[in-house]
Amino acid sequence: MLTTKHTLVAMVTDKPGVLNRAASLFRRRGFNIDSITVGHSELPHISRMTIVVIGNSAMVEQVRKQLEKLVDVIKVADVTGATTIIRELALIKVNATSTTRSEIMQIVDIFRAKIVDVSSDSLIIEATGDEDKLSSFYNMLRGFGIKELARTGCVAMIRGGAKSAAIDKESLKDIQ
Amino acid sequence: MKKTGSQILCESLINEGVDTMFGILGGVVIPFYDTLPQYPQLKHILVAHEQGGAHAAEGYARATGKVGVCIATSGPGATNLVTGIADAYMDSVPLVAITGQVARSLIGKDAFQEIDITGITLPITKHNYLVTDTTSLAGIVKEAFFLARTGRPGPVLIDIPKDVLTGLAEFNYPDHVSLPGYKPKVQGHPAQINKAAKLINDSKKPLIIAGRGAIISESYNELKQLAETAQIPVITTLLGISSFPESHILSYGWLGMHGMAYANLAVEECDVMIAIGMRFDDRVTGKISGFAPNAKIIHIDVDPAEIGKNVRVDIPIVGDIKPILQNLNKAIEKQDHMDWISRMDQLRKEHPSINIRDTDCIIPQYVIRQIYESTQGNAIVVTGVGQHQMWAAQHFWFDKPNSLITSGGLGTMGYGLPAAMGAKVACPDENVWCIDGDGSFQMNIQELGTIARENIGVKIAILNNGFLGMVRQWQELFYQRRYVATPLSCPDFVKVAEAYNIPGITVKNKIDVIPSIKTAMEAEGPFLLNFIVEPEENVYPMVPAGASLSEVLEEPVKKVRCK
Ligand SMILES: Cc1ncc(C[n+]2csc(CCOP(=O)(O)OP(=O)(O)O)c2C)c(N)n1
Ligand SMILES: [Mg+2]
Repeated sequence: MLTTKHTLVAMVTDKPGVLNRAASLFRRRGFNIDSITVGHSELPHISRMTIVVIGNSAMVEQVRKQLEKLVDVIKVADVTGATTIIRELALIKVNATSTTRSEIMQIVDIFRAKIVDVSSDSLIIEATGDEDKLSSFYNMLRGFGIKELARTGCVAMIRGGAKSAAIDKESLKDIQ
Repeated sequence: MKKTGSQILCESLINEGVDTMFGILGGVVIPFYDTLPQYPQLKHILVAHEQGGAHAAEGYARATGKVGVCIATSGPGATNLVTGIADAYMDSVPLVAITGQVARSLIGKDAFQEIDITGITLPITKHNYLVTDTTSLAGIVKEAFFLARTGRPGPVLIDIPKDVLTGLAEFNYPDHVSLPGYKPKVQGHPAQINKAAKLINDSKKPLIIAGRGAIISESYNELKQLAETAQIPVITTLLGISSFPESHILSYGWLGMHGMAYANLAVEECDVMIAIGMRFDDRVTGKISGFAPNAKIIHIDVDPAEIGKNVRVDIPIVGDIKPILQNLNKAIEKQDHMDWISRMDQLRKEHPSINIRDTDCIIPQYVIRQIYESTQGNAIVVTGVGQHQMWAAQHFWFDKPNSLITSGGLGTMGYGLPAAMGAKVACPDENVWCIDGDGSFQMNIQELGTIARENIGVKIAILNNGFLGMVRQWQELFYQRRYVATPLSCPDFVKVAEAYNIPGITVKNKIDVIPSIKTAMEAEGPFLLNFIVEPEENVYPMVPAGASLSEVLEEPVKKVRCK
């Protein structure tokens, strides 16, 4: 079976330890996780996790179901596909001398990234995009010498009016 | 009026219908134990080791279907529960484990007997809680019991800091739980049920495989109706034994590593498999690529994550087994499947699998068959882990629903004695037989003390072969008889029992087997039988690890090797 990257969106109650439970599950079942992020959602007391997992579709379906089995996890949806917006943010500290600075700034422009800090021998660049864009951007900068890279991991949302991982509001009425 | 955390815990347990708990106290749970005398309806049985307490709670739970409860103090008390919790997790046993924890201000400081038990049990509980204030205690107990008993049952741990037990809060037992991420009651999809019915109606060689889910959901009648209406042979898993009467004409034993050869061979031939409440464990399937090669598989289970986990499934039906079978039965046509049934009978004739050789010495299979005959099958059998466990499952015939209690998933030696104790406490009017190995018995032998003190009338039959027999069998068959570390030197078990004031007999001669079983049965309370059996007897049939079910080894013609 074909091994590809899948993006899962999980809505979870923001109880202590919920990230730990998810991470423990991935480790123990041998699932290959590329990135995992967690943050607030539009609903009070509900957090949103985005998990990028590498595997064939049967394995990813196992990840989804095992995750959904966790009591603190309300809903998990596989949002992989063309109709999904996926973004990640990267901060890159790159060597920059007076001779290379303008060349770097051109590349930054082409990738619609932003310079957020300048010093005599380096720049910090902020870039957002999907994984492919960030990777090619990174590759373009490599020649100048990368001092530091920090990537946030992906967040994802499906296009149009529908929710990425809709949950039944009624079931949340007692949560505080 | 405000109550203490300890009082709240007791009253919450009473609200959940708890009548018996198994445990050992220690520093941080003294406040709870100090409150117990105010609640005489909560019986606490002091065990000798927390592992024994956890298995006793499991035995209690498995015999009744109710939630078993065990209690331990923080640190080593809590870690001693771990094997029992893991066992309950693997076999879907409803269990609530309550552990004391150091006071909140000490958490994270490596305080005396502080251990992160919620961290340790994360992968072996259905869910767990560290209670952070007395106000939330009642709600957590309510949730814990709800989680433990509903859906696919399992263990839930509640870790309670000492100052939460001594703290004060208003007590209002909640009347419902709010768990938006938990949906245990699923109705099987009607379209899937119809598809399954059509597949079954069109099949020539259908086969039912019933697992422990059929017992948990108490689908005995529905299962029987399905089998009888369409004349479908029924095979169980080890943990599914007694979901369908084994003396029924459509019963063809159980499958897997030590299952009946005819059952394993039938799996190879069937064209439709109806898997009910089972999870395709590797001990059941053998080599996965060779499993049921000719069958379309219908998988009915309450746990969606079990679908497609180990084998490809053609028609999954996720939900509560009992109503699913009721609906399925409405759509099933009457059939006779004459050819298939006679093929099954032929397989059984050609591969009898569970014949017992006539010997002069005592072989374990014979002892088990005699316990069966003497009790007329009217018993709950609880086992340890090893050869004796397999022989008990093979040679006792289980007709009574839910009459075999055995550690299937984790294979926990030391399970038998405490689990039998818990089962007998739960069902004092049943005959409870603990069929144990000399190795397994010694792993929780200390619970003889609990059994004696509480006068728990468990009948113990040790099949004493002087070996860690199951491992010795693997050494004999796959390691050229190099018996490294498998010979045992056992104490005189009868003397040990007597030291606890439990009567017992050592049985060395075949003619004494039946009378000794009678003596044990007639004794008022607990009784121990120490059967000295043929040491190098092997369990057959056997599917070697990694082989397909069809590569099953059958019993070779035996040398008679008596001392
Ligand atoms: C706690 C634990 N330790 C080790 C094992 C591995 N093991 C499986 S069966 C067995 C031998 C059991 O010996 P005994 O209880 O005497 O039963 P017999 O096989 O001789 O009937 C062992 C060591 C296990 N299942 N559980
Ligand atoms: Mg032994």
